Amino acid sequence: MSSSTSAQFKANVKGALGDNHLQKALRGFQTGFVHNRKIAIKRLQEFDDLRDKARDIKNHTIAHMDAYLDIYQQNVEFSGGRVHWAVDGVEACELILGICHTAGAKTVTKGKTMIGEEIAINDYLTKNKITPIETDLGEYIIQLRGEMPSHIIAPASHVSKDQVSEAFKKAHSDLPKGRSLEEPEELLAEARAMLRDKFISADVGITGANFLIAETGSSVIVTNEGNGDLTQTLPKVHIVLASIEKIVPTLEDTTTLLRVLARSATGQEMSSYTTFSTGPRHATDLDGPAEYHVVILDNGRTDMLAGDFSEMLACIRCGACLNHCPVYNAVGGHAYGWVYPGPMGAVLTPGLMGLDGAFHLPQASTLCGKCEDVCPVRIPLPKLLRQWRSQVYNRDLLDWKTKWGIKYWSILAKRPALYHFFVTPKVRLLAWCAKKSGHLKSIPMLKGWTENRNFPAPEGKTFQRLWRERQK
Amino acid sequence: MSDLNKAYGPKVGIFITCLVDLLRPSVGFAAVKLLEDAGCQIVVPENQTCCGQPAYNSGVIKDAKDIACLVINEFEKFDYVVAPSGSCAGMIKEHYPRLFADDLEMTARVFRLAKKTYELTSFLADVMNVQDLPTALNAKITYHDSCAGFRELGIKSQPRQLLAQVKGVELKEYDGAETCCGFGGTFCVKYPDISDHMVKESLILLLETDAELVVGGDLGCLMNIQGKLSRQKDEGKRTKLKVRHVAEVLAGMLDNPAIGEGDLDV
Repeated sequence: MSSSTSAQFKANVKGALGDNHLQKALRGFQTGFVHNRKIAIKRLQEFDDLRDKARDIKNHTIAHMDAYLDIYQQNVEFSGGRVHWAVDGVEACELILGICHTAGAKTVTKGKTMIGEEIAINDYLTKNKITPIETDLGEYIIQLRGEMPSHIIAPASHVSKDQVSEAFKKAHSDLPKGRSLEEPEELLAEARAMLRDKFISADVGITGANFLIAETGSSVIVTNEGNGDLTQTLPKVHIVLASIEKIVPTLEDTTTLLRVLARSATGQEMSSYTTFSTGPRHATDLDGPAEYHVVILDNGRTDMLAGDFSEMLACIRCGACLNHCPVYNAVGGHAYGWVYPGPMGAVLTPGLMGLDGAFHLPQASTLCGKCEDVCPVRIPLPKLLRQWRSQVYNRDLLDWKTKWGIKYWSILAKRPALYHFFVTPKVRLLAWCAKKSGHLKSIPMLKGWTENRNFPAPEGKTFQRLWRERQK
Repeated sequence: MSDLNKAYGPKVGIFITCLVDLLRPSVGFAAVKLLEDAGCQIVVPENQTCCGQPAYNSGVIKDAKDIACLVINEFEKFDYVVAPSGSCAGMIKEHYPRLFADDLEMTARVFRLAKKTYELTSFLADVMNVQDLPTALNAKITYHDSCAGFRELGIKSQPRQLLAQVKGVELKEYDGAETCCGFGGTFCVKYPDISDHMVKESLILLLETDAELVVGGDLGCLMNIQGKLSRQKDEGKRTKLKVRHVAEVLAGMLDNPAIGEGDLDV
């Protein structure tokens, strides 16, 4: 599995908030997707009904996942492909390496796959002397920079144009040094030129899948660059890398999900390319791979399915919860420390890599509810975040200050007499300290607040005291 | 409202909320005035503290349940329960039923309480149908929708309808009205850096309007916004923007200083 810095979330946050490049990139990025989604939804009156349908499809599939995966496998095999099951990341990497070895592969082209990030397939292939080449522009950029994606659909959204230009100049060292690389079009043209040969010379192409359709045994990818199509049709071996929850019962269901996916993600009605692959090249096909493999990853998901977090498996990876999350927009994706950031990452990551390293993520939310509000399959993200918090508390992972702060307050809140006895004098004291200015610049017990903010002073007596006085 | 009508009005238990109780009782008196003027009989039960949200949101379910039981026992006897906070009303309405979902005996009681619990402005507008507030204030005002009130309880039009009845008020919407200010209960002290960034973002948008007063229905959010504004003023920012709870404006109880402002006469 790919390495994580989620445990150092607080340090990551400090770094992210102080990173001017990142803050500038986040500011520019925020507006686009959110704005476009709003417009796209306005144009489709039945959008909220579609969300209900999409949620029902996913929840039904989750409830019968074993059956649909079984049907899917049968149909993939019927169309001449093979399905491989991987319990964890290591197994998935070994399976892929095995297929690459059998094909005698030296280079592998890759479409965008978050599962590939999750299992760190690039590192594994490189270690085994196979060169992985990312063909999605964003993924290509972060591969050159040696980074993880910072967003599940826009992996390089944290990188500025100048930084891309710098990375290209360093990586493409055989091109003329003085060439102009300032305009986005120039960057795109250079990436295209670099990648074109790789598409043709690659022995194996690995793509992810947005959906796996049980009814037909097809995999579906949704892209805007067309790189995914070249990755899966040109090499002689195509490997689809997907996780179990990508399964969808029928083609009809897939179209419903597609209608909410792109609108939620980028605000497009449909992405530029939506490609269905069913098995290897057949006798009558004009092109396509000679072999078609599907590697299906579990990596903790069946445990989620059986536990309290099964609703998270409905996620279709649109990224809307990231785009709308004020915390994500403040710190960006890398602060979350692993491949899945934002609200969906804060729920999924502890499920996949364990709570111990990821306990900060479900805490670092105001539970403002915007994520649930925009989720195309209506995942109750705040509820799931609270559930993790409950496990964080029960497993004693909370820092002692927070834990005893909450405990202390609860002890008082359960006993009104004690509450009045203890809290009332403190409030009076604070009010007295701030009498002239109306606020306090520093309160030792509330450093987290007063470091950056003044504390509006209490008025003095409590309401309940004043009310009793008034009643006399 | 005559005393005769008052005697027949619904019996409303005020859940004052810990923040209003401890920090800004004037919001409580404004709420009482608004409710009495609307014809309600007011009761303030003595055995009340907090709705249990800090424990609930921190995953301390047992404590949250114990606190919820206290609230249920004290408040289920009223016709309605009203809180000057979307967050605390949301806790009772939306989250108490979840807390007791596996407790058959409590479920019915919790649902009955949830059904009759309201945030102040939604109660005044939707239940008491308040149409004609007698107050006046010449000011440009902007409204900050608190997350729980807006997204859990769907409160959006009610405070605006009521503010529109205050003579002289000019309502100026701001772009960040529906975006979290970064308060988030314990979040603001657990992750102060992120919270600080968020409230700064809110203030950038707030200060783009020429509003003189920002009001909202939740004291937590308002304290966060005012606390940052006040610190920025210390650091040299020039602004006349003041912060108040919506109840104070609606009740016309504006004699005391705005939130976090000093009483220079003292």
